[in-house]
Amino acid sequence: MFHARTIAVHAAAFGGGFVIMSLELLGGRVLAPWFGGSIHVWGSIITVFMVSLAAGYLIGGRLSLRRPSLDKLAGAFLCAAVLLYPLVHLAEPAMRWIFDAIEDPRYGSLAASLALFAPPTVLLGMVSPYAVRLLVRTAPESGRVAGTLYFVSTLGSAAGTLGTSFYFVLWFDVDTILTGLVAALAILAAIAFAGGRAR
Amino acid sequence: MSAIRRHGTTAASLVCLAACVGATCAHGQVIHREPSLYQTVLVRERGATVCLQFEARSDVRNQSCVDRRRPRRLVLPYTRMLLGALLLMPDPETILVIGLGGGVLPNAFAELLPDARIDVVEIDPVVVSVAERFFGFRATERMRVFVSDARVFTRRAQGRETRYDLVVLDAFGSEYIPEHLTTVEYFRETRSLLTERGVVAANTFQDSGLRDHESETWFQAFGPFIDFTRDVSLNRIVLASVAPLADPSTVAERARTWHRRMEPYGVSIVDFPKTFDRNPRWDRTIEALTDQYAPANLLRSRR
Repeated sequence: MFHARTIAVHAAAFGGGFVIMSLELLGGRVLAPWFGGSIHVWGSIITVFMVSLAAGYLIGGRLSLRRPSLDKLAGAFLCAAVLLYPLVHLAEPAMRWIFDAIEDPRYGSLAASLALFAPPTVLLGMVSPYAVRLLVRTAPESGRVAGTLYFVSTLGSAAGTLGTSFYFVLWFDVDTILTGLVAALAILAAIAFAGGRAR
Repeated sequence: MSAIRRHGTTAASLVCLAACVGATCAHGQVIHREPSLYQTVLVRERGATVCLQFEARSDVRNQSCVDRRRPRRLVLPYTRMLLGALLLMPDPETILVIGLGGGVLPNAFAELLPDARIDVVEIDPVVVSVAERFFGFRATERMRVFVSDARVFTRRAQGRETRYDLVVLDAFGSEYIPEHLTTVEYFRETRSLLTERGVVAANTFQDSGLRDHESETWFQAFGPFIDFTRDVSLNRIVLASVAPLADPSTVAERARTWHRRMEPYGVSIVDFPKTFDRNPRWDRTIEALTDQYAPANLLRSRR
């Protein structure tokens, strides 16, 4: 039951969930200096995360049809890390540009959320359906496998939410937390890669 | 010219709040209750006193109060203290007030300074309509109201090169602090809206785990500032200026000049300079709040 491969996939699901929600909460912090703390700023962030995850599920499901492997899952995490890292340096100039280009703070915050958070979130959305495919061997067990993966990834999301809002923002700078998330994604890539090689 | 319109539909921001402790009409009869996107706005009446409150679980504190028998009198101590800004800036031509509440303070400024142009920024459109309906607040040509987040308003105003002689920050609630309005970047943006002789007065809390962080943040943005507290209030007013702070003798003289005109408002302004702390002490090694690090609500609850 507890093969290294199974553990690696579940770790990926947990970590993906964790990073998604931590990033979503930090989104409010990143946007507030430019777009404020109004309710529409949170509306923009949540919308972009929902749409990005939806796109990720669709793409991840499609990709799972073509020779699924833990190596490819590792590749998705690595890409997510690469797409997340620019946030640390490019968020400020990007938001300045959008702030100047779009006067309405609703569409400004929506455009900024899309530019900053959509790319890594689409990648992370791909993880869940892809992980189901990696673990399912027979049709009767597919529901159980999917249920366990959702359980693990949603617990990861809960942990990312609580950790970020209760502790990380009190202990670290926003950029430090973001860099930590990039590192976490790289580690998850390594875990998936190692899981693919374990016997 | 601007996306920020009067009573605009652009939604927007700045929870106007002003923490104050006042038993005044805290338990009077609720005559109006209106939920908004940000809070539930209550209007409570007790005898001749009408108060604006924001509903919160643990306590209900007055944001603004008016005594109908003496409508000019500023009921809440912190509102009176904010008029202390006039000791550093006695003749502002342009004033920006962040946080409307019942509109009591902007009204007082408009009466005391008939030539001044006043802009008020309020995040919650429900607060604006309640101020108009129950507190006699009226937006006019020289008293404009912008429904906007203060940070967004400030950045847009920077672009328009609008400048103010006096900025009053009154945006904190007793329950919740908008954290993006506590940072050194925001204070510097506010500073950039001030004229060369400009002064800022900020209403905050006296005793909280946030205090030293705030002091360090103000110091980094403005240099030396005045820490103004009074026994009658748990609030703390930070007074800072672009130019060096007016010296004590000038401040005392202005207090005597203002004294008579402040009487209808119940403001004992001659007493204010006695508790102007020009050398506030705090742990200078403590972190300033920044856009990167601003857990104001968590820090506040630490003590």
